[in-house]
Amino acid sequence: MSELNSVDTALLEIIAGMKNGKADGAYNIRKDSGCADRVNTDNVKITTKEDKPGIDVTFAPGCKDTCHIPVIITESGLRETVYNDFFVGEGADVLIIAGCGIHNCGEDASEHDGVHTFHIGKNAKVKYVEKHFGEGDGLGENIMNPATVAYLEEGAVLQMETSQLAGIDSTRRETRVVCSEGAEVVVTERLLTHGKQHADSDMEIVLNGTGSRGRVISRSVAQDESVQVFRPRVVGNAKCFGHVQCDSIIMGNAKISSVPEIAANDIDAQLIHEAAIGRIAGDQLLKLETLGLTPEEAEDRILKGFLA
Amino acid sequence: MLEVRDLCYSVDTPDATQDILNHISLTIPDNKLVVFTGPNGGGKTTLAKAIMGLVEPGEGTILFDGQDITGLSITERARLGISYGFQQPPRFKGIKVKDLLGLASTKKLLSKKDACSYLTQVGLCANDYLDREVDASLSGGEVKRIEIATILARQPKLMILDEPEAGIDLWSFARLTETFEELHRRGDCTMIIISHQERIISLADRVIVIDRGAILQQGTAEEMLPAIVSGTLGSCPMISEEVRA
Repeated sequence: MSELNSVDTALLEIIAGMKNGKADGAYNIRKDSGCADRVNTDNVKITTKEDKPGIDVTFAPGCKDTCHIPVIITESGLRETVYNDFFVGEGADVLIIAGCGIHNCGEDASEHDGVHTFHIGKNAKVKYVEKHFGEGDGLGENIMNPATVAYLEEGAVLQMETSQLAGIDSTRRETRVVCSEGAEVVVTERLLTHGKQHADSDMEIVLNGTGSRGRVISRSVAQDESVQVFRPRVVGNAKCFGHVQCDSIIMGNAKISSVPEIAANDIDAQLIHEAAIGRIAGDQLLKLETLGLTPEEAEDRILKGFLA
Repeated sequence: MLEVRDLCYSVDTPDATQDILNHISLTIPDNKLVVFTGPNGGGKTTLAKAIMGLVEPGEGTILFDGQDITGLSITERARLGISYGFQQPPRFKGIKVKDLLGLASTKKLLSKKDACSYLTQVGLCANDYLDREVDASLSGGEVKRIEIATILARQPKLMILDEPEAGIDLWSFARLTETFEELHRRGDCTMIIISHQERIISLADRVIVIDRGAILQQGTAEEMLPAIVSGTLGSCPMISEEVRA
Protein backbone atom coordinates (compact mmCIF):
# COMPACT_ATOMS: atom_id res chain seq x y z
CA MET A 1 0.00 0.00 0.00
CA SER A 2 1.32 3.44 -0.85
CA GLU A 3 0.97 6.59 1.22
CA LEU A 4 -1.47 9.32 0.22
CA ASN A 5 -0.08 12.85 -0.10
CA SER A 6 -1.91 16.18 -0.18
CA VAL A 7 -2.42 16.11 -3.97
CA ASP A 8 -4.03 12.67 -3.58
CA THR A 9 -6.37 13.66 -0.77
CA ALA A 10 -7.41 16.82 -2.64
CA LEU A 11 -8.25 14.74 -5.72
CA LEU A 12 -10.14 12.23 -3.57
CA GLU A 13 -12.22 14.98 -2.08
CA ILE A 14 -13.12 16.39 -5.52
CA ILE A 15 -14.00 13.10 -7.18
CA ALA A 16 -15.46 11.12 -4.28
CA GLY A 17 -16.13 13.60 -1.49
CA MET A 18 -13.66 11.73 0.76
CA LYS A 19 -12.07 13.69 3.62
CA ASN A 20 -8.36 12.97 4.21
CA GLY A 21 -8.63 9.90 2.04
CA LYS A 22 -11.20 8.26 4.35
CA ALA A 23 -14.87 7.43 3.98
CA ASP A 24 -17.59 5.75 5.97
CA GLY A 25 -18.30 2.17 4.95
CA ALA A 26 -16.30 0.09 2.53
CA TYR A 27 -13.79 1.66 0.16
CA ASN A 28 -10.93 0.97 -2.17
CA ILE A 29 -8.49 3.62 -3.36
CA ARG A 30 -6.57 2.85 -6.51
CA LYS A 31 -3.52 5.04 -6.97
CA ASP A 32 -1.18 4.84 -9.95
CA SER A 33 -2.25 1.26 -10.68
CA GLY A 34 -1.78 0.07 -7.10
CA CYS A 35 -4.09 -0.25 -4.12
CA ALA A 36 -3.49 2.66 -1.70
CA ASP A 37 -6.10 1.66 0.85
CA ARG A 38 -8.98 -0.77 1.24
CA VAL A 39 -11.66 -1.32 3.86
CA ASN A 40 -14.17 -4.18 3.77
CA THR A 41 -17.31 -4.36 5.87
CA ASP A 42 -19.61 -7.22 6.91
CA ASN A 43 -21.81 -6.67 3.86
CA VAL A 44 -19.37 -5.34 1.29
CA LYS A 45 -16.38 -7.42 0.18
CA ILE A 46 -13.75 -6.04 -2.18
CA THR A 47 -11.29 -8.48 -3.73
CA THR A 48 -8.51 -7.98 -6.24
CA LYS A 49 -9.00 -9.75 -9.57
CA GLU A 50 -6.56 -12.57 -10.31
CA ASP A 51 -6.68 -12.57 -14.10
CA LYS A 52 -6.65 -8.85 -14.95
CA PRO A 53 -6.32 -5.47 -13.23
CA GLY A 54 -9.35 -4.46 -11.19
CA ILE A 55 -11.57 -5.50 -8.31
CA ASP A 56 -14.73 -7.45 -7.60
CA VAL A 57 -17.15 -5.82 -5.19
CA THR A 58 -19.87 -7.98 -3.69
CA PHE A 59 -22.82 -6.57 -1.77
CA ALA A 60 -24.76 -8.97 0.48
CA PRO A 61 -28.47 -9.46 -0.27
CA GLY A 62 -30.74 -7.03 1.56
CA CYS A 63 -27.86 -4.85 2.79
CA LYS A 64 -27.97 -1.08 2.92
CA ASP A 65 -24.44 0.15 2.39
CA THR A 66 -22.14 2.68 0.79
CA CYS A 67 -18.93 1.94 -1.09
CA HIS A 68 -16.31 4.36 -2.43
CA ILE A 69 -14.00 3.19 -5.20
CA PRO A 70 -12.00 6.19 -6.45
CA VAL A 71 -9.07 6.01 -8.84
CA ILE A 72 -6.29 8.58 -8.91
CA ILE A 73 -3.38 8.99 -11.28
CA THR A 74 -0.54 11.34 -10.49
CA GLU A 75 2.25 9.75 -12.56
CA SER A 76 2.57 11.41 -15.95
CA GLY A 77 2.50 8.94 -18.81
CA LEU A 78 0.68 6.19 -16.90
CA ARG A 79 -1.84 4.31 -19.01
CA GLU A 80 -4.08 1.63 -17.60
CA THR A 81 -7.22 -0.36 -18.27
CA VAL A 82 -9.10 -1.51 -15.20
CA TYR A 83 -12.00 -3.94 -14.89
CA ASN A 84 -14.28 -3.54 -11.89
CA ASP A 85 -17.25 -5.85 -11.37
CA PHE A 86 -20.07 -5.23 -8.95
CA PHE A 87 -22.39 -7.94 -7.70
CA VAL A 88 -25.37 -6.52 -5.87
CA GLY A 89 -27.46 -9.04 -3.95
CA GLU A 90 -31.23 -9.33 -4.10
CA GLY A 91 -33.09 -6.51 -2.35
CA ALA A 92 -29.94 -4.58 -1.42
CA ASP A 93 -29.96 -0.78 -1.41
CA VAL A 94 -26.51 0.60 -2.09
CA LEU A 95 -24.67 3.77 -2.98
CA ILE A 96 -21.50 3.35 -5.03
CA ILE A 97 -19.25 6.36 -5.46
CA ALA A 98 -16.64 5.96 -8.15
CA GLY A 99 -14.63 8.69 -9.80
CA CYS A 100 -11.31 9.21 -11.42
CA GLY A 101 -8.92 12.06 -10.87
CA ILE A 102 -5.77 12.70 -12.87
CA HIS A 103 -3.08 15.12 -11.73
CA ASN A 104 -0.67 15.35 -14.63
CA CYS A 105 2.26 17.72 -14.36
CA GLY A 106 4.38 15.92 -16.93
CA GLU A 107 4.81 15.87 -20.67
CA ASP A 108 3.18 12.54 -21.39
CA ALA A 109 -0.45 11.56 -21.70
CA SER A 110 -2.05 9.91 -18.68
CA GLU A 111 -4.90 7.58 -19.45
CA HIS A 112 -7.42 5.67 -17.39
CA ASP A 113 -9.83 3.30 -19.11
CA GLY A 114 -12.28 1.89 -16.61
CA VAL A 115 -14.70 -0.88 -17.45
CA HIS A 116 -17.41 -1.19 -14.81
CA THR A 117 -19.88 -4.04 -14.95
CA PHE A 118 -22.88 -4.19 -12.64
CA HIS A 119 -24.95 -7.28 -11.92
CA ILE A 120 -27.91 -5.94 -10.01
CA GLY A 121 -30.10 -8.57 -8.32
CA LYS A 122 -33.87 -8.74 -8.05
CA ASN A 123 -35.46 -5.64 -6.52
CA ALA A 124 -32.07 -4.22 -5.57
CA LYS A 125 -31.50 -0.48 -5.74
CA VAL A 126 -28.19 1.03 -6.80
CA LYS A 127 -27.20 4.63 -6.96
CA TYR A 128 -23.93 4.97 -8.84
CA VAL A 129 -22.15 8.30 -8.84
CA GLU A 130 -19.11 8.87 -11.02
CA LYS A 131 -17.06 12.06 -11.29
CA HIS A 132 -14.20 12.67 -13.67
CA PHE A 133 -11.68 15.39 -13.12
CA GLY A 134 -8.26 16.27 -14.47
CA GLU A 135 -5.68 18.87 -13.50
CA GLY A 136 -2.00 19.62 -13.82
CA ASP A 137 0.06 22.27 -15.48
CA GLY A 138 2.11 19.96 -17.69
CA LEU A 139 1.62 19.48 -21.40
CA GLY A 140 0.57 15.87 -20.95
CA GLU A 141 -2.97 15.06 -21.96
CA ASN A 142 -5.51 13.62 -19.53
CA ILE A 143 -7.51 10.85 -21.13
CA MET A 144 -10.41 8.87 -19.66
CA ASN A 145 -12.48 6.27 -21.44
CA PRO A 146 -15.05 4.88 -19.07
CA ALA A 147 -17.27 1.98 -20.05
CA THR A 148 -20.23 1.03 -17.92
CA VAL A 149 -22.35 -2.06 -18.43
CA ALA A 150 -25.28 -2.90 -16.17
CA TYR A 151 -27.62 -5.87 -16.08
CA LEU A 152 -30.77 -5.24 -14.08
CA GLU A 153 -32.77 -8.23 -12.87
CA GLU A 154 -36.51 -8.08 -12.21
CA GLY A 155 -37.59 -4.94 -10.38
CA ALA A 156 -34.02 -3.65 -9.96
CA VAL A 157 -33.37 0.09 -10.02
CA LEU A 158 -30.20 1.82 -11.18
CA GLN A 159 -29.71 5.51 -10.82
CA MET A 160 -26.49 6.52 -12.51
CA GLU A 161 -25.03 10.01 -12.28
CA THR A 162 -21.93 10.83 -14.25
CA SER A 163 -20.19 14.13 -14.49
CA GLN A 164 -17.07 15.45 -16.08
CA LEU A 165 -16.58 19.09 -15.32
CA ALA A 166 -12.96 19.95 -15.95
CA GLY A 167 -9.56 18.99 -17.18
CA ILE A 168 -10.21 15.90 -19.28
CA ASP A 169 -8.72 16.40 -22.74
CA SER A 170 -10.24 13.41 -24.36
CA THR A 171 -13.00 11.08 -23.30
CA ARG A 172 -14.92 8.33 -24.94
CA ARG A 173 -17.74 7.10 -22.77
CA GLU A 174 -19.70 3.94 -23.41
CA THR A 175 -22.72 3.01 -21.38
CA ARG A 176 -24.98 0.02 -21.85
CA VAL A 177 -27.84 -0.92 -19.55
CA VAL A 178 -30.09 -3.96 -19.98
CA CYS A 179 -33.39 -4.00 -18.07
CA SER A 180 -35.49 -7.05 -17.19
CA GLU A 181 -39.14 -7.05 -16.17
CA GLY A 182 -40.11 -4.02 -14.10
CA ALA A 183 -36.52 -2.76 -13.87
CA GLU A 184 -35.82 0.94 -14.05
CA VAL A 185 -32.75 2.94 -15.02
CA VAL A 186 -32.16 6.68 -14.88
CA VAL A 187 -28.91 7.98 -16.32
CA THR A 188 -28.00 11.59 -15.62
CA GLU A 189 -25.00 12.90 -17.51
CA ARG A 190 -23.28 16.27 -16.97
CA LEU A 191 -20.45 17.34 -19.20
CA LEU A 192 -18.42 20.51 -19.59
CA THR A 193 -15.68 20.74 -22.19
CA HIS A 194 -13.38 23.64 -22.94
CA GLY A 195 -10.16 24.42 -24.80
CA LYS A 196 -9.53 21.77 -27.44
CA GLN A 197 -11.18 18.96 -25.49
CA HIS A 198 -13.06 16.18 -27.14
CA ALA A 199 -15.87 14.15 -25.64
CA ASP A 200 -17.80 11.25 -27.13
CA SER A 201 -20.68 9.54 -25.40
CA ASP A 202 -22.35 6.40 -26.67
CA MET A 203 -25.20 5.10 -24.64
CA GLU A 204 -27.59 2.24 -25.10
CA ILE A 205 -30.52 1.41 -22.86
CA VAL A 206 -32.14 -1.91 -23.74
CA LEU A 207 -35.60 -2.39 -22.28
CA ASN A 208 -36.21 -6.13 -22.53
CA GLY A 209 -38.69 -6.72 -19.75
CA THR A 210 -42.38 -5.89 -19.49
CA GLY A 211 -42.88 -2.71 -17.52
CA SER A 212 -39.23 -1.68 -17.67
CA ARG A 213 -38.39 1.99 -17.77
CA GLY A 214 -35.37 3.91 -19.00
CA ARG A 215 -34.58 7.56 -18.82
CA VAL A 216 -31.53 9.47 -20.04
CA ILE A 217 -31.06 13.07 -18.99
CA SER A 218 -27.99 14.62 -20.55
CA ARG A 219 -26.89 18.22 -20.09
CA SER A 220 -23.70 19.55 -21.53
CA VAL A 221 -21.82 22.76 -22.14
CA ALA A 222 -19.19 23.03 -24.89
CA GLN A 223 -16.89 26.05 -24.72
CA ASP A 224 -13.98 27.38 -26.78
CA GLU A 225 -12.90 24.94 -29.54
CA SER A 226 -14.18 21.80 -27.83
CA VAL A 227 -16.16 19.08 -29.57
CA GLN A 228 -18.91 16.86 -28.16
CA VAL A 229 -20.75 13.97 -29.78
CA PHE A 230 -23.72 12.24 -28.12
CA ARG A 231 -25.36 9.05 -29.29
CA PRO A 232 -27.97 8.00 -26.75
CA ARG A 233 -30.08 5.08 -27.91
CA VAL A 234 -33.08 3.48 -26.26
CA VAL A 235 -34.37 0.15 -27.53
CA GLY A 236 -37.80 -1.07 -26.48
CA ASN A 237 -38.28 -4.84 -26.85
CA ALA A 238 -41.39 -5.14 -24.67
CA LYS A 239 -44.15 -3.05 -23.14
CA CYS A 240 -41.89 -0.37 -21.70
CA PHE A 241 -41.28 3.34 -21.37
CA GLY A 242 -38.16 5.15 -22.53
CA HIS A 243 -37.28 8.83 -22.54
CA VAL A 244 -34.12 10.52 -23.81
CA GLN A 245 -33.57 14.18 -23.09
CA CYS A 246 -30.39 15.89 -24.35
CA ASP A 247 -29.80 19.57 -23.72
CA SER A 248 -26.63 21.37 -24.71
CA ILE A 249 -25.33 24.90 -24.47
CA ILE A 250 -22.88 25.81 -27.19
CA MET A 251 -20.33 28.61 -26.77
CA GLY A 252 -17.35 30.09 -28.60
CA ASN A 253 -16.29 27.98 -31.57
CA ALA A 254 -17.38 24.68 -30.07
CA LYS A 255 -19.12 21.93 -31.99
CA ILE A 256 -21.84 19.67 -30.64
CA SER A 257 -23.51 16.80 -32.35
CA SER A 258 -26.48 15.16 -30.69
CA VAL A 259 -27.81 11.99 -32.30
CA PRO A 260 -30.52 10.45 -30.13
CA GLU A 261 -32.11 7.26 -31.33
CA ILE A 262 -35.19 5.40 -30.17
CA ALA A 263 -35.99 1.99 -31.56
CA ALA A 264 -39.19 0.06 -30.83
CA ASN A 265 -39.46 -3.68 -31.44
CA ASP A 266 -42.75 -4.12 -29.62
CA ILE A 267 -46.13 -2.54 -30.26
CA ASP A 268 -46.40 -1.52 -26.59
CA ALA A 269 -43.03 0.18 -26.41
CA GLN A 270 -43.50 3.87 -25.69
CA LEU A 271 -40.37 5.87 -26.48
CA ILE A 272 -39.69 9.59 -26.59
CA HIS A 273 -36.65 11.61 -27.43
CA GLU A 274 -35.95 15.29 -27.10
CA ALA A 275 -32.75 17.03 -28.06
CA ALA A 276 -31.86 20.69 -28.06
CA ILE A 277 -28.68 22.68 -28.68
CA GLY A 278 -28.50 26.42 -28.30
CA ARG A 279 -26.51 29.31 -26.96
CA ILE A 280 -27.30 30.95 -23.62
CA ALA A 281 -30.48 32.92 -24.15
CA GLY A 282 -29.85 36.67 -24.25
CA ASP A 283 -32.82 37.40 -22.01
CA GLN A 284 -31.40 35.11 -19.31
CA LEU A 285 -28.18 37.15 -19.23
CA LEU A 286 -30.09 40.44 -19.22
CA LYS A 287 -32.33 39.29 -16.39
CA LEU A 288 -29.38 38.41 -14.17
CA GLU A 289 -27.67 41.68 -15.06
CA THR A 290 -30.76 43.55 -13.84
CA LEU A 291 -30.20 41.72 -10.54
CA GLY A 292 -26.73 43.31 -10.33
CA LEU A 293 -24.57 40.52 -11.80
CA THR A 294 -21.92 41.41 -14.36
CA PRO A 295 -22.30 39.72 -17.78
CA GLU A 296 -19.49 37.28 -16.81
CA GLU A 297 -21.07 36.46 -13.45
CA ALA A 298 -24.43 35.99 -15.14
CA GLU A 299 -22.94 33.52 -17.64
CA ASP A 300 -21.21 31.54 -14.87
CA ARG A 301 -24.39 31.36 -12.83
CA ILE A 302 -26.45 30.14 -15.78
CA LEU A 303 -23.90 27.42 -16.60
CA LYS A 304 -23.59 26.40 -12.95
CA GLY A 305 -27.35 25.97 -12.70
CA PHE A 306 -27.59 24.12 -16.00
CA LEU A 307 -24.92 21.62 -14.96
CA ALA A 308 -26.09 21.25 -11.35
CA MET B 1 -35.56 61.41 -8.66
CA LEU B 2 -35.59 60.17 -12.21
CA GLU B 3 -35.23 62.61 -15.07
CA VAL B 4 -35.49 61.67 -18.71
CA ARG B 5 -34.44 64.41 -21.11
CA ASP B 6 -35.11 64.44 -24.81
CA LEU B 7 -34.83 60.69 -25.23
CA CYS B 8 -34.82 59.34 -28.79
CA TYR B 9 -34.63 55.80 -30.05
CA SER B 10 -35.11 54.58 -33.56
CA VAL B 11 -34.71 51.37 -35.53
CA ASP B 12 -33.82 50.90 -39.15
CA THR B 13 -36.32 49.01 -41.24
CA PRO B 14 -35.65 48.04 -44.87
CA ASP B 15 -37.68 51.01 -46.04
CA ALA B 16 -36.95 53.75 -43.57
CA THR B 17 -35.85 54.71 -40.08
CA GLN B 18 -38.67 54.29 -37.61
CA ASP B 19 -38.77 56.43 -34.50
CA ILE B 20 -39.78 54.44 -31.43
CA LEU B 21 -39.09 57.22 -28.92
CA ASN B 22 -39.36 60.76 -30.14
CA HIS B 23 -37.81 63.36 -27.83
CA ILE B 24 -39.44 62.11 -24.65
CA SER B 25 -38.85 64.10 -21.47
CA LEU B 26 -40.27 63.42 -18.05
CA THR B 27 -39.46 63.77 -14.37
CA ILE B 28 -40.54 61.35 -11.68
CA PRO B 29 -40.08 62.53 -8.09
CA ASP B 30 -39.00 60.06 -5.39
CA ASN B 31 -41.44 57.49 -4.05
CA LYS B 32 -44.16 58.24 -6.56
CA LEU B 33 -46.10 55.63 -8.43
CA VAL B 34 -46.33 56.40 -12.13
CA VAL B 35 -48.24 54.33 -14.65
CA PHE B 36 -47.26 54.30 -18.33
CA THR B 37 -50.22 53.35 -20.44
CA GLY B 38 -51.29 53.69 -24.06
CA PRO B 39 -51.71 51.61 -27.17
CA ASN B 40 -49.46 48.66 -28.09
CA GLY B 41 -46.37 49.67 -29.98
CA GLY B 42 -46.53 53.17 -28.53
CA GLY B 43 -43.04 53.02 -26.99
CA LYS B 44 -43.81 52.32 -23.29
CA THR B 45 -41.62 49.24 -23.00
CA THR B 46 -38.77 50.83 -24.98
CA LEU B 47 -38.82 53.84 -22.66
CA ALA B 48 -38.81 51.57 -19.60
CA LYS B 49 -35.98 49.48 -21.05
CA ALA B 50 -33.96 52.59 -21.82
CA ILE B 51 -34.18 53.59 -18.16
CA MET B 52 -32.84 50.16 -17.10
CA GLY B 53 -30.17 50.22 -19.83
CA LEU B 54 -31.68 47.32 -21.76
CA VAL B 55 -31.82 49.47 -24.89
CA GLU B 56 -29.39 52.20 -25.79
CA PRO B 57 -31.04 55.48 -26.78
CA GLY B 58 -29.80 57.35 -29.84
CA GLU B 59 -30.06 60.73 -28.16
CA GLY B 60 -30.96 62.19 -24.80
CA THR B 61 -29.93 61.74 -21.20
CA ILE B 62 -31.23 59.89 -18.18
CA LEU B 63 -30.48 61.21 -14.70
CA PHE B 64 -31.06 59.16 -11.58
CA ASP B 65 -30.72 60.98 -8.25
CA GLY B 66 -28.86 63.69 -10.14
CA GLN B 67 -26.32 61.28 -11.67
CA ASP B 68 -26.11 60.90 -15.44
CA ILE B 69 -26.65 57.17 -15.97
CA THR B 70 -27.08 57.27 -19.76
CA GLY B 71 -23.71 55.59 -20.34
CA LEU B 72 -23.92 53.09 -17.49
CA SER B 73 -24.35 49.34 -18.01
CA ILE B 74 -27.39 47.38 -16.81
CA THR B 75 -25.32 45.96 -13.94
CA GLU B 76 -24.20 49.42 -12.81
CA ARG B 77 -27.75 50.74 -12.90
CA ALA B 78 -28.98 47.69 -10.98
CA ARG B 79 -26.36 48.38 -8.32
CA LEU B 80 -27.57 52.00 -8.06
CA GLY B 81 -30.98 50.64 -7.09
CA ILE B 82 -32.89 50.37 -10.37
CA SER B 83 -34.79 47.17 -10.94
CA TYR B 84 -36.80 45.84 -13.86
CA GLY B 85 -39.56 43.25 -14.10
CA PHE B 86 -39.79 41.79 -17.59
CA GLN B 87 -43.09 41.42 -19.38
CA GLN B 88 -42.04 37.92 -20.42
CA PRO B 89 -39.46 36.79 -17.88
CA PRO B 90 -36.92 34.18 -18.98
CA ARG B 91 -36.80 30.68 -17.50
CA PHE B 92 -33.67 29.00 -16.21
CA LYS B 93 -32.96 25.28 -16.26
CA GLY B 94 -31.36 24.29 -12.99
CA ILE B 95 -31.90 27.56 -11.14
CA LYS B 96 -34.37 27.25 -8.29
CA VAL B 97 -36.80 29.92 -7.12
CA LYS B 98 -34.81 30.32 -3.90
CA ASP B 99 -31.56 30.70 -5.90
CA LEU B 100 -33.06 33.46 -8.00
CA LEU B 101 -34.40 35.25 -4.93
CA GLY B 102 -30.98 34.86 -3.31
CA LEU B 103 -29.27 36.40 -6.35
CA ALA B 104 -31.78 39.22 -6.36
CA SER B 105 -31.45 39.97 -2.66
CA THR B 106 -29.01 42.68 -1.72
CA LYS B 107 -28.35 40.81 1.52
CA LYS B 108 -25.46 38.39 1.56
CA LEU B 109 -27.65 35.55 2.73
CA LEU B 110 -31.36 35.66 2.10
CA SER B 111 -33.22 34.13 5.05
CA LYS B 112 -35.95 31.61 4.36
CA LYS B 113 -38.35 33.88 6.20
CA ASP B 114 -37.64 36.78 3.86
CA ALA B 115 -37.79 34.56 0.77
CA CYS B 116 -41.18 33.29 1.91
CA SER B 117 -42.46 36.79 2.52
CA TYR B 118 -41.55 37.90 -1.03
CA LEU B 119 -43.41 34.93 -2.49
CA THR B 120 -46.41 35.49 -0.24
CA GLN B 121 -46.58 39.10 -1.41
CA VAL B 122 -47.09 37.93 -4.98
CA GLY B 123 -49.65 35.33 -3.93
CA LEU B 124 -47.48 32.20 -4.08
CA CYS B 125 -47.23 29.66 -1.29
CA ALA B 126 -43.54 29.64 -0.44
CA ASN B 127 -43.41 25.98 0.57
CA ASP B 128 -44.60 24.90 -2.85
CA TYR B 129 -42.15 27.03 -4.78
CA LEU B 130 -38.82 27.68 -3.04
CA ASP B 131 -37.24 24.43 -4.26
CA ARG B 132 -38.77 24.40 -7.72
CA GLU B 133 -36.70 25.22 -10.75
CA VAL B 134 -37.62 28.34 -12.71
CA ASP B 135 -38.03 26.23 -15.84
CA ALA B 136 -40.76 25.19 -18.25
CA SER B 137 -42.56 23.28 -15.47
CA LEU B 138 -43.88 26.60 -14.18
CA SER B 139 -46.82 28.31 -15.84
CA GLY B 140 -46.54 31.77 -17.37
CA GLY B 141 -48.41 33.32 -14.44
CA GLU B 142 -46.15 31.59 -11.92
CA VAL B 143 -42.96 32.73 -13.65
CA LYS B 144 -44.37 36.23 -13.80
CA ARG B 145 -45.11 36.33 -10.10
CA ILE B 146 -41.67 34.92 -9.27
CA GLU B 147 -40.23 37.69 -11.44
CA ILE B 148 -42.04 40.28 -9.35
CA ALA B 149 -40.86 38.55 -6.15
CA THR B 150 -37.24 38.98 -7.33
CA ILE B 151 -37.88 42.71 -7.73
CA LEU B 152 -39.27 42.88 -4.20
CA ALA B 153 -36.18 41.01 -2.95
CA ARG B 154 -33.92 43.68 -4.44
CA GLN B 155 -35.61 46.38 -2.37
CA PRO B 156 -34.84 48.85 -5.15
CA LYS B 157 -35.06 52.64 -5.08
CA LEU B 158 -36.76 52.52 -8.47
CA MET B 159 -38.75 49.56 -9.70
CA ILE B 160 -39.96 49.29 -13.24
CA LEU B 161 -42.61 46.67 -13.95
CA ASP B 162 -43.70 45.87 -17.47
CA GLU B 163 -47.33 44.73 -17.44
CA PRO B 164 -47.18 42.90 -14.13
CA GLU B 165 -50.77 41.78 -14.60
CA ALA B 166 -50.10 39.90 -17.86
CA GLY B 167 -50.93 36.21 -17.56
CA ILE B 168 -51.94 36.43 -13.91
CA ASP B 169 -55.32 35.13 -12.75
CA LEU B 170 -57.83 37.48 -11.14
CA TRP B 171 -57.30 36.21 -7.59
CA SER B 172 -53.54 36.56 -7.70
CA PHE B 173 -53.92 39.90 -9.42
CA ALA B 174 -55.92 41.23 -6.46
CA ARG B 175 -53.10 40.12 -4.12
CA LEU B 176 -50.54 41.77 -6.36
CA THR B 177 -52.31 45.13 -6.46
CA GLU B 178 -52.51 45.04 -2.65
CA THR B 179 -48.74 44.56 -2.62
CA PHE B 180 -48.19 47.54 -4.93
CA GLU B 181 -50.54 49.60 -2.81
CA GLU B 182 -48.68 48.62 0.36
CA LEU B 183 -45.28 49.41 -1.22
CA HIS B 184 -46.58 52.76 -2.34
CA ARG B 185 -48.00 53.52 1.09
CA ARG B 186 -44.68 52.65 2.72
CA GLY B 187 -43.19 55.34 0.50
CA ASP B 188 -39.59 54.14 0.16
CA CYS B 189 -39.54 53.23 -3.49
CA THR B 190 -40.35 54.90 -6.79
CA MET B 191 -42.49 52.75 -9.06
CA ILE B 192 -43.01 52.83 -12.80
CA ILE B 193 -45.65 50.36 -13.86
CA ILE B 194 -46.63 49.75 -17.45
CA SER B 195 -50.25 48.72 -17.25
CA HIS B 196 -53.69 48.83 -18.83
CA GLN B 197 -55.52 47.75 -15.68
CA GLU B 198 -57.92 50.14 -14.04
CA ARG B 199 -57.03 48.78 -10.57
CA ILE B 200 -53.36 49.61 -11.08
CA ILE B 201 -53.98 52.91 -12.84
CA SER B 202 -56.17 53.99 -9.92
CA LEU B 203 -53.17 53.58 -7.57
CA ALA B 204 -51.03 55.99 -9.58
CA ASP B 205 -49.95 59.45 -8.52
CA ARG B 206 -49.54 60.17 -12.20
CA VAL B 207 -50.70 58.46 -15.36
CA ILE B 208 -48.72 59.04 -18.53
CA VAL B 209 -50.21 58.05 -21.85
CA ILE B 210 -47.49 57.20 -24.34
CA ASP B 211 -48.29 56.91 -27.99
CA ARG B 212 -46.14 56.93 -31.09
CA GLY B 213 -43.01 57.51 -29.04
CA ALA B 214 -44.26 60.63 -27.29
CA ILE B 215 -46.26 61.64 -24.26
CA LEU B 216 -49.81 62.05 -25.50
CA GLN B 217 -51.35 63.11 -22.23
CA GLN B 218 -50.68 62.96 -18.51
CA GLY B 219 -52.46 63.70 -15.29
CA THR B 220 -53.63 62.24 -12.01
CA ALA B 221 -55.51 58.96 -11.92
CA GLU B 222 -58.71 60.87 -11.18
CA GLU B 223 -58.22 63.05 -14.24
CA MET B 224 -57.19 60.29 -16.57
CA LEU B 225 -59.28 57.30 -15.53
CA PRO B 226 -62.66 58.40 -16.87
CA ALA B 227 -61.24 58.87 -20.35
CA ILE B 228 -59.27 55.61 -20.20
CA VAL B 229 -62.20 53.57 -18.91
CA SER B 230 -64.61 54.98 -21.46
CA GLY B 231 -62.12 54.08 -24.16
CA THR B 232 -61.65 57.61 -25.35
CA LEU B 233 -57.91 57.42 -24.68
CA GLY B 234 -55.36 55.23 -26.32
CA SER B 235 -57.30 54.48 -29.44
CA CYS B 236 -59.95 57.14 -29.98
CA PRO B 237 -57.85 60.17 -29.08
CA MET B 238 -55.37 59.15 -31.73
CA ILE B 239 -58.09 59.22 -34.31
CA SER B 240 -59.59 62.43 -32.96
CA GLU B 241 -56.12 63.99 -32.95
CA GLU B 242 -55.70 63.01 -36.54
CA VAL B 243 -59.10 64.42 -37.32
CA ARG B 244 -58.16 67.60 -35.51
CA ALA B 245 -54.92 67.78 -37.41
